[in-house]
Amino acid sequence: MWGVIVNRFKQGFRTLSYPKEVPVFPKRFRGRLMISAAETQCSIDKTKDPLGAVVPGKKPAVDLGKCLFNEEFKAVCPEGLTYSQDHRLAVSKREDLIIRDNEVKLAAALNEKTRRIFGRSLKLREVCAGSCNGCDAEIQAMGNVVFDLSRFGIQFVASPRHADGLMITGPVTKNMELALKKTYEAVPSPKIVIAVGACAISGGPFAGGKEVHNGVDGLIPVDLYIPGCPPHPLTILDGLLRILDKLEKER
Amino acid sequence: MDSQEFDVRNGQSWEWSAVPVLGEDSFRQKILEECSQWASPAGGGASPAGGGARLVNLFAQLEDSGSIRIFVMLGRDQEGKLPVFSMRISQDQASFQSLTPELPQAHMFEREMAEQFAITSIGHPWLKPVRYHQNYRNVPDLWAGIPSRPIPGAYPFYRVGGEEAHEVAVGPVHAGIIEPGHFRFQCHGEEILNLEIQLGYQHRGIEKMMEDVSAERAVLLAESIAGDTVIGHAMAYCNAIESLSDCEISPRAEAIRAIALELERLSNHVGDLGALSTDIGFLPPAAYFGRLRGEFLNLLMELSGNRYGRSLCRPGGVLFDLDQPMIENFRKRLLIARKDLKEISDLFFTKSSVLSRLEGTGIVSTKIAQELGLVGPAARACGCGLDVRTDYAFGMYRFHHIPISTVLSGDVYARSLIRWLESQRSIEFLLDLLTQIPEGDLQIKGSGLKPNHMALAMIEGWRGEIVHVAMTDSNSRIARYKIKDPSFNNWMGLSMAVRGAQISDFPVCNKSFNLSYAGHDL
Repeated sequence: MWGVIVNRFKQGFRTLSYPKEVPVFPKRFRGRLMISAAETQCSIDKTKDPLGAVVPGKKPAVDLGKCLFNEEFKAVCPEGLTYSQDHRLAVSKREDLIIRDNEVKLAAALNEKTRRIFGRSLKLREVCAGSCNGCDAEIQAMGNVVFDLSRFGIQFVASPRHADGLMITGPVTKNMELALKKTYEAVPSPKIVIAVGACAISGGPFAGGKEVHNGVDGLIPVDLYIPGCPPHPLTILDGLLRILDKLEKER
Repeated sequence: MDSQEFDVRNGQSWEWSAVPVLGEDSFRQKILEECSQWASPAGGGASPAGGGARLVNLFAQLEDSGSIRIFVMLGRDQEGKLPVFSMRISQDQASFQSLTPELPQAHMFEREMAEQFAITSIGHPWLKPVRYHQNYRNVPDLWAGIPSRPIPGAYPFYRVGGEEAHEVAVGPVHAGIIEPGHFRFQCHGEEILNLEIQLGYQHRGIEKMMEDVSAERAVLLAESIAGDTVIGHAMAYCNAIESLSDCEISPRAEAIRAIALELERLSNHVGDLGALSTDIGFLPPAAYFGRLRGEFLNLLMELSGNRYGRSLCRPGGVLFDLDQPMIENFRKRLLIARKDLKEISDLFFTKSSVLSRLEGTGIVSTKIAQELGLVGPAARACGCGLDVRTDYAFGMYRFHHIPISTVLSGDVYARSLIRWLESQRSIEFLLDLLTQIPEGDLQIKGSGLKPNHMALAMIEGWRGEIVHVAMTDSNSRIARYKIKDPSFNNWMGLSMAVRGAQISDFPVCNKSFNLSYAGHDL
């Protein structure tokens, strides 16, 4: 017993003061992609973009839903692409993930009626539908003492029947399609669906594969897209707090 | 008996025409002879019998001539050598005598071949699909209706009869935040008589995709085989490609890869200890281990910009360097982590209530572990002293040795303790390596891939032996890419661990193995 108490004091208090304080990421962290406005005709190296994340057009645009945030992606257009330290990436509409400059239309709060139901207590069921387990590991990490998800009234529950919505990872393999649809049907309405990670949004590195779908879109309706490979726990948390309108304005 | 010998080493590549082709009988005979000591209990005991080989890989490939070639790679762990040989079978009569009744290690490999190439292994005791996909030969599948039938209901499960026996089905969608898989328990009251694990839900078709995609995309796929083993699989992929392109990476790049691999091991081992604490309801260490896991992930993020080390390993070397201030910073943080790890582990492993829950639960005997061909910490917890870092040393491990830890009892306690022991050794290894990182270029440009070659790359990931085999065709394109995650060997170990245990023991047994569904399903 003494051991437990002594240890407790040694371990101290470890929870981040997020969202009160802006989180600090290491220098090499690859957050939101920035397209420098000056470069209107940068030379695009297609080989560095095997997943087709660059949207062709007069000015290059990037689909964050297809981007794996890998280091060499910058070389697609070395003059115009850089990664920022900004972890905020979640959006409400699929097309908002296509960025043309340094602006991104981050996720909006749910409508007032839904927010009144979920705002103080949101229960989610997680479904892994063919992910590599990377996104799932980060979702799980949100529950540890550092991020401490439950202080925001958000919890992961064991059954879809107890849930207000689904958080889905993975490109949705053919073998998981049925289980995913059944789980969705088991969630009582009103319900929300959150797609986490490049795979769940676009198929990620598996896009176009014979054994997978290209993400959740088209199978069940999605309310929140959180890109990344995998998204940092704070990126996921930011998305959740945004739809619940729990972040102060312009933070 | 054929006397042709063809031994390879980890990281080597060779023309695949050089691999001896044996007749079906001598192929079978040679495998059984080489592996005989593993299967027999006579040489068993605390350490595996000297000289006994182990099944490292068994897979098929179509040849231009139209026949099917079955390759086998055996591991002679004591010598660090891997005999490779093969046999041909015709496409019209794709079948061979199953090895499984004599050599249970072959069980999953034969099922995999049956699914991928519609090859019947005659006499296989449980020939079921592994991942539920159509075969690669465009011939009728061995099982009708793949993949249109939803799994798992449409396929038979092993059943125990009798009025008092009952069945418990769990999954694919589980209660926790974990991957999908189906578990079918045959029980008598609380006692588990048999557990059949049916996976395949995570199947994304990676092996097949590797043949079609560009090199730039292939490495991204390799990083997504198993999201908690990014470094392990990316290193295996890079080693295979470097071997095929005669590219010798610099000692500095090797050192940085080894640092990342050990950080990956640390984060997962420590995370597993936390998960075990959660499952037995001892929450203080669960919270502390969970936080400590993050410290190692954050070191990986400091190094590579991603918490799992994505974008670090690329063919030819690494994309990120460690400069002196970073090294100092890493050492400082590792020293703190070492102290934390000791204090939290002491708290966990000295509590009698913890020990009484872990000790004697989910025992896998040394003999069973050897017969099933378990690898990694799961095998070392059963007293089998195998570790790719020592037996088939690669990269930095050729110069910096890491002692193997083994525990004898084969229970949940052993699998927990092994994680603590290995974590300590990884930290010592890192602290030592960080003081003397050799010089060299970060990335070296390799030439094109050699045509008609095959390369073998083995890595000791945190779960155990990762094996990648890459084969090129006459145009130097990847013609076959075979991936084996350690989970492929070890899932059967979990089934055996819970046999005779209570249903309520399943969660701790499962956590003590913590196997990858994605790595198994590919």
